[in-house]
Parts: sequence; structure tokens; C-alpha cells
Amino acid sequence: MAESSADTPLRETPLAALHRELGARMVPFAGYAMPLHYPGGIVAEHLHCRAAAALFDVSHMGQAELIGAGAAAALERLTPADVQGLGPGRQRYGLFTNEAGGIEDDFMVANLGDRLFLVVNASRKQADFDRLAAALPAGLRLARREDRALLALQGPGAAAALAALAPEAATLPFLGIAEMAVAGVPALVSRSGYTGEDGFEIALPDERAEAVARALVGLPGVAPAGLGARDSLRLEAGLCLYGNDIDATTSPVEARLAWTIGKRRREAWDFPGAERVRAELAAGPRRLRVGIRPEGRQPARAHTPILSPDGAPIGEVTSGGFGPTVNGPIAMGYVARAHAADGTALALVVRGKALPAHVVPLPFVPHRYAR
Amino acid sequence: MSELRYTKDHEWLRTDGDAVTVGISDHAQSQLGDVVFVELPEVGREVEAGEAVAVVESVKAASDVYAPVSGRIVEVNSALAEDPGLINRDPTGEGWFFKIEPRDPAEIEKLMDEAAYAAYLESQA
Repeated sequence: MAESSADTPLRETPLAALHRELGARMVPFAGYAMPLHYPGGIVAEHLHCRAAAALFDVSHMGQAELIGAGAAAALERLTPADVQGLGPGRQRYGLFTNEAGGIEDDFMVANLGDRLFLVVNASRKQADFDRLAAALPAGLRLARREDRALLALQGPGAAAALAALAPEAATLPFLGIAEMAVAGVPALVSRSGYTGEDGFEIALPDERAEAVARALVGLPGVAPAGLGARDSLRLEAGLCLYGNDIDATTSPVEARLAWTIGKRRREAWDFPGAERVRAELAAGPRRLRVGIRPEGRQPARAHTPILSPDGAPIGEVTSGGFGPTVNGPIAMGYVARAHAADGTALALVVRGKALPAHVVPLPFVPHRYAR
Repeated sequence: MSELRYTKDHEWLRTDGDAVTVGISDHAQSQLGDVVFVELPEVGREVEAGEAVAVVESVKAASDVYAPVSGRIVEVNSALAEDPGLINRDPTGEGWFFKIEPRDPAEIEKLMDEAAYAAYLESQA
């Protein structure tokens, strides 16, 4: 759904030339030509990220700044996250919700002292920023940062590697964010990511991005990785992909993302869709997002129907594939609440045959964030 | 051992006594990437040329493998269950999928030879 149609010209990130030089297989994603993988392949890139450090180009994602007094309160009109309580130099994960209690997008928001910094999904950036701009009171300004690239350096070796180019980065706590020079280039660095590993996201000017990316992939232990490994890493980490695992119809409670709702927000119930969220928290949602382990080796992909062992339809897989670190098939999906407990037996209908599976706790691979 | 023949769906075929051995081309395995699972047909099944008879799954996606000729499945490569990576490492050797006893061996002659397949790949690039 995030792929663009063939007749629209694809946009390129500032690293397009470097991707080609590194031998990337480029694919359309959210309107951009992006690297799916490099010559080593998805499994090698995935395992390298878990063992050392991987560099991802995520410049297609939407970056913006919200500037002016009352920015946090203004953003809270669109999200149940506690933005006003976010301290300077801190970043937080949140959801944009709609009046029906569905999820419009997921995002990262950071408090940069004099402004908020937002990162949203590539496929949703136009819609998100249009909605946000329309909801702003006078005196506030949304500045899209189309002039900036975004790099993600992820893995247990990321901190040691980045220290060579930005010594200050190692002092950032998990979900800390600060402006600093990276290889002499002014950048905004946060300790965050989408792999379940320790790591950093580095926002920097387009015209300097290639030089910094070259310096990063030249560091010992760092290898480039594409969208394929990014997807298998986030699935093993139990992290949602917008458009697959969460969308305008799934609620934060169903998605087990109610932890993103601030305590103050749960008392005021002053966010879009609060009625549904409140009712689901009180009485339990109809369905829940769960981790799924198919038995054997056969993967079950997104949209695979899920049955109870006696053959009743109870849900659908939303993300599924092969987990290189798990070394087996893994999936996430929604099931009726009565079937959501860990260990519950399920059947997945793959090419007309029922494949036995069971509900497992998420994540599939334990998170190893910096403390 | 006879030379390989190819289909436009990137299967290869090699005549091997009464049967033909079938697999996917080096080009196909490189496009798929790391193969993690293979579903093979039942031995004894009668298949038609062009019929989807096997499935190859990479990390990213599942793809059908078609019977290049009509006939009966007489053997499958059981080693692929344990080690589907054979398809990436040795696509036209140890990574074979199944063997068919062709109903009409003349069908084989209609398929592309090595040079024609190379030209076909060139035309698709």
C-alpha cells in the first residue's frame, strides 16, 4: 500500500548515488527509490545488525519542526501522547488518532527546548503534516524539513562506532536527543531506532549526508543495510509497521499501544477517539495484536487468515515472514480477545492448508536498548 | 549430462534418463534472495506445463514455481527441507526442486537453450 504506482516518477534520497555504488537492489517504497538490500542479502544484513552495526538510509521519512509557544499543547490535540510532559532533550513514541479511535500514524516527537521535532512515516507524511498544519492555533508554525536526510545506525556496535565521529553521542541515554557535530557536520542525533537494538538516528543536511554516510560505512564493524533487513529486524522486535499492523481502523488498545497514552491524557480523555479508547480499556477490546509462531519452517505472510483450532475465523496476520535471528517463521496479527493469551493454539491458512501455530509473547528477540 | 533448457518463468530443466530435473535459474535465485522455505509437489502427481507445482519463499516473499513440461512428478529434492539455502548456493545443481517424467518429450525442445535464455534476460533488463 505504501508503494507508488509505476507511472509516478520515484523520488530519490541524497544517498541514491551511494546506494548504487554499494550495489543496492533499489525498489519503490512510499514514492521513493530505496535500497531493499545490498549484495550480501537481507539475512546477512539482519544478522550483522544484531552482531555489530548496520547503517540504514531512512531519509524518506517525514521530518518537521513545530515552533512557537504552546507547541506541545497543540500537538496533543491530535495525539493521546503526553507531549507537554516531555522534558528538553527527550524523545518519545506516539500515535496520531482519529475521532473513531483508529490510528492515523505513529511518530517520534522530541523536545528541542525552543521547538518540537517530529519524525513520521514516509507514506503518511503529507497527510500528517496537512492535518497538523490545519489544527494549529495562530502563532504556531510547522516547518517541514525536506532539506534534511535521516540515517539510522543500529546495533550493539553502534555507540562505539559513532564515538569515532561524534564522541558526544555515547553520552546520550535511550531516547535522549541532542545537536552535535558528526564528522564535522552539524546534526541532530537521538538514541533511538526501529530494530530493538541500541542505536542512533542522525538528521543532517541533505548536501552533507553522503559524506557522513560514507564515513559511517567506513567505520570498523559498520555495514549498510536496506529496507528488507529493517523490516525483519522490527518484526523480531515486535514493533508495528504503519499500514500493516496499525491503521485508521485499529485502536491503540487493540494494538497494545495504550502505553503511549499519557497518564494525564487518561484522566482528561481529551484526544481524538478517547471515547473508544476509554471503553476498550474498561471492557477490553474486541481483538488484540499478538505475536505468532508458526510450527515448522513455512512463513505466513500478511493477510493470512487465522482460525481457531476448531476452524472458526478469529483474525488475520498483519506482518509475517522469516526471522533470521529467531531462525524460523514469525508473525504478528490480530485475534479475537478470547484467543490472545500466550500459548493459545491457532491455525494459519496458507495456500489452502491449515498451518498450526501458537500465540507467543512479543518481542521475538529481546530489546537491547541502552540504559 | 545434457544441456539446460529454460522457461520464461526462470525454471531450468535437464534431461536425465527418462525423467527431467527441474529447478530455478541463477537469475531467479539472485532476484529472490535468501530462500528460507520450499513447498514441493507430491510424488505421483500429474501436472500440466505451466501449472504452479511448487512454492519458493525468500525472506521477503513467496513465489510460484511452474512445471516446464506436462507429466508425472517422480521425485522431489528432500534435502531442500533441511537446507533451502542450497537453491541460492547451487541453483542448477544441488538446489534442484523435482523430477518429471514428461508425457511428450517434444515439449522440451520448445524451451529456450542457454543462449536464448541469456538473450531473454537481456531483453527483460
